[in-house]
Amino acid sequence: MAAGLRPGRALLSRRRGALCALLRAARGLAARPETHFGFQNVTEAERREKIYQVFENVAEKYDVMNDSMSLGIHRVWKDILVHKMNPSPGTLLVDVAGGTGDIAFRFLNYVRSVRERQLQQKLRNHQNLSWQEISKSYQEEKSNPLGDSQVVVCDINKEMLKAGMQKAQHLGYSEGLSWVLGNAEELPFDDDKFDVYTIAFGIRNVTRIDLALQEAYRVLKPGGRFLCLEFSHVSNPLLSRLYDLYSFQVIPVLGEVIAGDWKSYQYLVESIRRFPPQEELKAMIEDAGFLKVDYQNLNSGIVAIHSGFKL
Amino acid sequence: LAAGRKRMRLRRPVGRVPLYPGHIPTSPLQKALLAAGSACAALWDPYRHDMVAVLGETTGCLALPTLRDRMRNDPEGYRIFQERPRIRLSTLDMAWLRGLPDGALGREYIRFLEDNKVSPDTRMPAKFVDDEELAYVIQRYREVHDLMHTLLGMPTNMLGEVVVKWFEAIQTGLPMCVLGAAFGPVRLNARKLQVLATELLPWAVRSGRNASCVLNVYYEQRWEQSVESLREEIGIFPPPAVRV
Repeated sequence: MAAGLRPGRALLSRRRGALCALLRAARGLAARPETHFGFQNVTEAERREKIYQVFENVAEKYDVMNDSMSLGIHRVWKDILVHKMNPSPGTLLVDVAGGTGDIAFRFLNYVRSVRERQLQQKLRNHQNLSWQEISKSYQEEKSNPLGDSQVVVCDINKEMLKAGMQKAQHLGYSEGLSWVLGNAEELPFDDDKFDVYTIAFGIRNVTRIDLALQEAYRVLKPGGRFLCLEFSHVSNPLLSRLYDLYSFQVIPVLGEVIAGDWKSYQYLVESIRRFPPQEELKAMIEDAGFLKVDYQNLNSGIVAIHSGFKL
Repeated sequence: LAAGRKRMRLRRPVGRVPLYPGHIPTSPLQKALLAAGSACAALWDPYRHDMVAVLGETTGCLALPTLRDRMRNDPEGYRIFQERPRIRLSTLDMAWLRGLPDGALGREYIRFLEDNKVSPDTRMPAKFVDDEELAYVIQRYREVHDLMHTLLGMPTNMLGEVVVKWFEAIQTGLPMCVLGAAFGPVRLNARKLQVLATELLPWAVRSGRNASCVLNVYYEQRWEQSVESLREEIGIFPPPAVRV
């Protein structure tokens, strides 16, 4: 009996679905483009404004909140991203939505240590050098510790950039680092400029992801690499339930207690649920023109690193 | 794209809609976590007034209904409950209050605000109380807190706040006041603790017990009344002559 009912019900729901789609299309012709802010439905302009305010509010406590929410694990995720990038000295990186500079600082540390190892290797291979030549090579190391590597941190939010610049000053990063105010959907850079483009926990907040991906393609040099680190979908049902419980019950509370801001962190967990899953994002990246697109799940899909090349 | 997203469960604390402007519906687990978290945050940094406020809201589920009933059963309290007055800079006529004679409630209140550099507008609105009436009760309690300082003659330093908290704990029974009264003295030095224990506390406790419910006084209609006569009317004993 149940089997007999089911096709009938399916037909009804399909008809209802078609009717809804028709109404939506009719509404769409009259209204402005609809998108989402967490679980609310808003216009694109409203979404951009709301997201700007969220990050304006959280900028100061951004790093503290990241540590508390992810129990410090976000540091490991970012380390893995930079290790996957494996930049060599001389790389030009643009870190979009780079806000407080986490990826940029890791990149600088990485190229610095690679450069040191390179110079040490060079010394070891030339053990017949005189001591004047050895000390001259130390000068060379001191004058160019990064090997001409550079990172441009680009963010749409002034408060986040300010927080990042202060952190850079506090930690002692100055060389090879630039801070630019810019929108991922419309980057203020010329075509074919960068070796690597990264966007860590930022693409979720972009209103038109397709535009951001197109811009990423545009500003990368041929042979350049696109890397995206973002929250994604957990397929394991048990882990998914625990993750949901933690996200919806604990994270807004942490936001209220630590940053005095419940709503921004409610937005955060809702926006993660709204973001396309791994395969869908992979398809979007391929649509933008990238090749050899792949993704790597971290922590069973809580976070995923998508990678693509402009070839 | 839209079809793919609709398949996801869009979950919010079940069946909860905001009941008043600024209301954030929370599940019992969230309230428990908020209570614990805000207690720790307030202990860590006593200047986190927002955490003290959240603690009050999440732990007041038993005390607030009792307070509301006490307001409803008193003629003046009932009027306050009906008219829902709010104490903020936009509703106060500062110039007129400042022009009142010394000793009048309004004049002393303004003096208190200016001496301690505080403003009634910095009070947090209620967020986590799941009842619109109870939200007003706790809002009223917060806005009347500065008037408590004025009536008790206590400044806003740590010692003064502890004394007021003891008074409020006895008056309202709010767990947040009880916790503040119990843990506040931890941050006082020995001399202040002695003053607290020997002079201020006995007086605050006696006054708190003796006084009628302070939320049942329509302060906005009594600005011209002298502080002394209001103290007598409510049942607050004259404060001891010590420097706080």
